[in-house]
Amino acid sequence: MNKTGRFSNKIYPFISILAILALWEALSFFEIVPNFMLPSPQQTVQAFIGDFWLLMSHLKVTLLETVIGTLMGVSIGFLSAVLMDRWDPAYKAMYPIIVLTQTIPAVAIAPLLVLWFGYKMMPKVVLIVLITFFPIVVGVLDGFRSADKDAINLLRSMGASRWQIFRHIKFPNALPNFFSGLRITVAYSVVGAVLAEWLGGFAGLGVYMTRVKKSFAYDKMFAVIFLISIISLILIWLVSVLQKKCMPWEQVDEPVRKRDRNKVVKG
Amino acid sequence: MSTMSTHKLETQNITMKFGEETIIRDISIAVDRGELVSLLGVSGSGKTTLFNCISGIYQPSGGRVLLDGDDITGTTGHISYMLQKDLLLPYKTIEDNVGLPLLIRGMSKEEARKQASEHFEEFGLEGTQKKYPKQLSGGMRQRAALLRTYLFSDNVALLDEPFSALDTITKGKIHKWYLDVMEKINLTTVFITHDINEAILLSDRIYIMTGKPGEIRYEIRIDTPRSQRQGYDLTDEFMQYKRQIMGILEE
Repeated sequence: MNKTGRFSNKIYPFISILAILALWEALSFFEIVPNFMLPSPQQTVQAFIGDFWLLMSHLKVTLLETVIGTLMGVSIGFLSAVLMDRWDPAYKAMYPIIVLTQTIPAVAIAPLLVLWFGYKMMPKVVLIVLITFFPIVVGVLDGFRSADKDAINLLRSMGASRWQIFRHIKFPNALPNFFSGLRITVAYSVVGAVLAEWLGGFAGLGVYMTRVKKSFAYDKMFAVIFLISIISLILIWLVSVLQKKCMPWEQVDEPVRKRDRNKVVKG
Repeated sequence: MSTMSTHKLETQNITMKFGEETIIRDISIAVDRGELVSLLGVSGSGKTTLFNCISGIYQPSGGRVLLDGDDITGTTGHISYMLQKDLLLPYKTIEDNVGLPLLIRGMSKEEARKQASEHFEEFGLEGTQKKYPKQLSGGMRQRAALLRTYLFSDNVALLDEPFSALDTITKGKIHKWYLDVMEKINLTTVFITHDINEAILLSDRIYIMTGKPGEIRYEIRIDTPRSQRQGYDLTDEFMQYKRQIMGILEE
């Protein structure tokens, strides 16, 4: 019963994706939308295969920027959260500024970054750091602050140091928030990298995009859009895998499985 | 009083004020090695505040805490406690939860696990070493929390209404189990409760606290030894104690 449930859970999104593809195919096949504006799924796939190696070489650049930027943004975000949790003046001084920076849209700041840091990797990495920083710092800080006061007191009664309280209570308590922040972040990072490349650069999926746009090769445009979403999905999936590895206690079942019971009632 | 005191744990005139408000006043209790003493009182009589003073979380406004005659007032790391909430960390296995106090004292993870696992059978926890807290029932979790408290303390445990969240049947079982374990490990215990039955059933002596501010009004000794408390709650003697205590609390 459980297995069929899981199977039907997978079949629904599959059907909806298939329906969208069919609709898309129909729109271009019957030329409801002119073909030069909306290439068919087949044309998109062909464009993808035709430019595969070129796409991969650009992807390499984009991915490198994404990884460097994300790692830096996550580290800076995490360390800031630690600092703000440890030292209240830092919290009071930094928090409003962090929120304020988030009111500036990435699209608006990206051209400036290109202007300041040139066409190489620097502006892309800086933009990604700015994008990643916020969800991490806010999530992790919330995690630190929501740690159970009674548990902290218990450890204090055992004579635990600040570091031990951090290590055994605050840090693990912030892990779920950290990972949900990271999941949002990796998808945004790819988009951020592409956006910065759009505005100026020598290589990367964004650069490829501006080039094919100028030559009105919409099939290639679609191909690169798909590549970007696939890459984002893979990164999100990787974060989930990492989360499962880092939080094994989330994987065990409780003695009474409430979720399963709900399913039975529903079915 | 001299520091040559022979009591395992003693408080001398503990007073705790928060601002202008006095929460507890002049609390003096003495607990001997292996003794189980209850603090019985209604909510708000300052029982938990006294606990925080004894465990060193609070620096009392006045008075001293002595452990084996040594002044430990306001210092942590000597006496641990256990609450109604088991406070087992959901992300640690039972063996790591139980061994946590040893880890905090600087023992390696392997050593802590090894030392903790020596007591699993005694505490009826065998087979749960690698499990996570959410995989255990409420009663089992309290056992694990008690083992953690035991491993930490220098044979002194403070228990703050540890069983009050359990259902009546589980509670009955855990009381029986607790008396058995206490007998084996010779733990010195201070037990907070508002449950009169529980206090009479488990204690050697009962201090009755009334508030506010919280003060100790009476001390009652239960004459029947703890080892002979099977079915004790159905005896006349038990009922007499209960009537006496209820009378005091109603004053």
